[in-house]
Amino acid sequence: MEALTTLRSRTVILPIRDIDTDQIIPARFLTTTTREGLGEALFQDLRYDRDGAERADFPLNDPAMRDCEILVAGNNFGCGSSREHAPWALLDYGFKAVISTEFADIFRNNSLKNGLLPIIVDKDTHEWLLANPGVELRVDVEASQLELPDGRVVEYPIDAFARYCLTQGIDQLGYLLQQSDAIATFEETRSWKP
Amino acid sequence: MAVPDDRTLFEKVWAEHVVVPETPETPAVLYIDLHLIHEVTTPQAFSLLRERGLAVRRPDLTLATMDHSTPTMPVTSFRDLAVVGESAANQIRQMEENCRDFGIDLYGFGSDHRGIVHVIGPELGASQPGKTIVCGDSHTSTHGAFGALAFGIGTTEVGHVLATQCLLQRKPKSLAVNVAGRLPAGVTAKDVILAIIGEIGVDGGTGHVIEYRGEAIRALDMESRMTICNMSIEAGARAGLIGPDDTTFDYLAGRPRVPQGDAWDAAVNRWRSLCSDSDARFDKSVSIDAAALQPMVTFGTNPGMVVGVNDPVPDAHDASFRKALEYMQVTPGKPMSENPVDVVFVGSCTNGRLSDLQQAAAVLEGRKVADGVRMLVVPGSQQVKRQAEALGLHRIFADAGAEWRESGCSMCLGMNGDTVPSGQLSVSTSNRNFEGRQGIGARTVLASPATAAASAVMGRVTDPRKLT
Repeated sequence: MEALTTLRSRTVILPIRDIDTDQIIPARFLTTTTREGLGEALFQDLRYDRDGAERADFPLNDPAMRDCEILVAGNNFGCGSSREHAPWALLDYGFKAVISTEFADIFRNNSLKNGLLPIIVDKDTHEWLLANPGVELRVDVEASQLELPDGRVVEYPIDAFARYCLTQGIDQLGYLLQQSDAIATFEETRSWKP
Repeated sequence: MAVPDDRTLFEKVWAEHVVVPETPETPAVLYIDLHLIHEVTTPQAFSLLRERGLAVRRPDLTLATMDHSTPTMPVTSFRDLAVVGESAANQIRQMEENCRDFGIDLYGFGSDHRGIVHVIGPELGASQPGKTIVCGDSHTSTHGAFGALAFGIGTTEVGHVLATQCLLQRKPKSLAVNVAGRLPAGVTAKDVILAIIGEIGVDGGTGHVIEYRGEAIRALDMESRMTICNMSIEAGARAGLIGPDDTTFDYLAGRPRVPQGDAWDAAVNRWRSLCSDSDARFDKSVSIDAAALQPMVTFGTNPGMVVGVNDPVPDAHDASFRKALEYMQVTPGKPMSENPVDVVFVGSCTNGRLSDLQQAAAVLEGRKVADGVRMLVVPGSQQVKRQAEALGLHRIFADAGAEWRESGCSMCLGMNGDTVPSGQLSVSTSNRNFEGRQGIGARTVLASPATAAASAVMGRVTDPRKLT
């Protein structure tokens, strides 16, 4: 996982609430056995018509928005399935952060484990961002702060451990493997065995 | 140390599995008692293990099957089944290889116990009260019906559990959902959970573990409880559970993976302590009046967009809502019961168990699926299929004009080639009515097995109480 310490990018806006993981990446793309190349299928059925042509009215298809690394979505982003293909697809497309007022639990966990930053903002900030597409934002991941173009700084909540792993670019398996003595003791001493 | 007597069931199960407590800097290390795995969300996790030279720590606590991308066409031999595409076939091959190489029991093709992972766990008796159960699948919440703490995880976490049998977790909050009173005749568990999601919304449970309580929940059989817990994730909840009782123990008794003899008695004794204390404090609570419920259907593109089958669809009030109604081609102010139906699907980890098929068969017996309607009945497991056939249900379905299939996830998510054509309306006993979930452009109405069967007979969305 690549370390993510700061981020500066313009935003692309998807002003739909409850965007589920089936919309982020439909199930028919889940027969893959690798993590790579899923960016092409990101938002497949919203992004392309039946013939595979780009839908002109879909924000990601705006040529001016192609290099945006921050997605601002409606409330409750990533609900539904546990498919990690959703953050894999967002990352493969080029996104590094998603902003919403709320994220589904499994999606948020999956994102943080892959270096995609879910940023939770208050309703007012969210509405301002939705109303102002394409503004440049600066994210200071170590400080958990989002800087708006007018200089206003918004703090966002993030689990301290997840932030540490994100800014150091380390995955969490190494930490868990270091706990193997405690795990073995637990297995030996618990009052019942599964 | 005195044990506090105001703990919830969830807190008790959580506390029993903490290997290393959480701190402000680090999440808890939580031990996992049962890891269910399937072909779609594991290949990348096994690849990671291979890259790092790691073994599976507890293959004996890992249970594998294949369900998502598997074909359901009826054939005499599973080896004849045509897999939908080369990538799905490759995924299935990799699952077989991974289980063989890492020493994991696989209920694969040819096994009498193959089926949807959330159907076979309970069926084998592997899902038990007080266990922590995870799977790379959001509907793992199903197993909470046994008083287990069961939740879905991503593929990275699947790798964590394979390698360490543990997860890094922050403790979620608790939400009590009390379903008071008795359900009216003709109203089922599916209607209850749809009503709950309609009430609290698709994000109403985010960050919480739901405990379903109350007289109406106590009165439900285990398969109905599984239907309720299954859809906890559709309210955004981390998990959903129900305190175990004699209904739970009676269901589990004698199943292949439960303790036997004295060990069974000891287990039941331990399980009896698994209930929320009378003074248990929940972070949030909601109450639903069972007596006021009716058969429920969805009208929009998430499971929170729910309405009584005869009630008018609510009016649009924002852009996302209007987009959903436009996609569904549904008119506000009119009931869903006016909508013609093209496809009916009975199956899935929500409603693919024997009692679900019995509910559908009870409506279909002596009747026909309406002209122009395609009905698919997909048992949740090979065991369910066998039990249904022993009862002659397959003949009722066939006589009515429905298709009877091999087990799998099938048309719930359309990964295996069982899809709803674009623009067609499907009444489905599955769990998600997201845009494109059952096929590109498919319009899904979630409902109970009885409502689905009644809709198949009438050719439009129908209150099953009209056909009794």
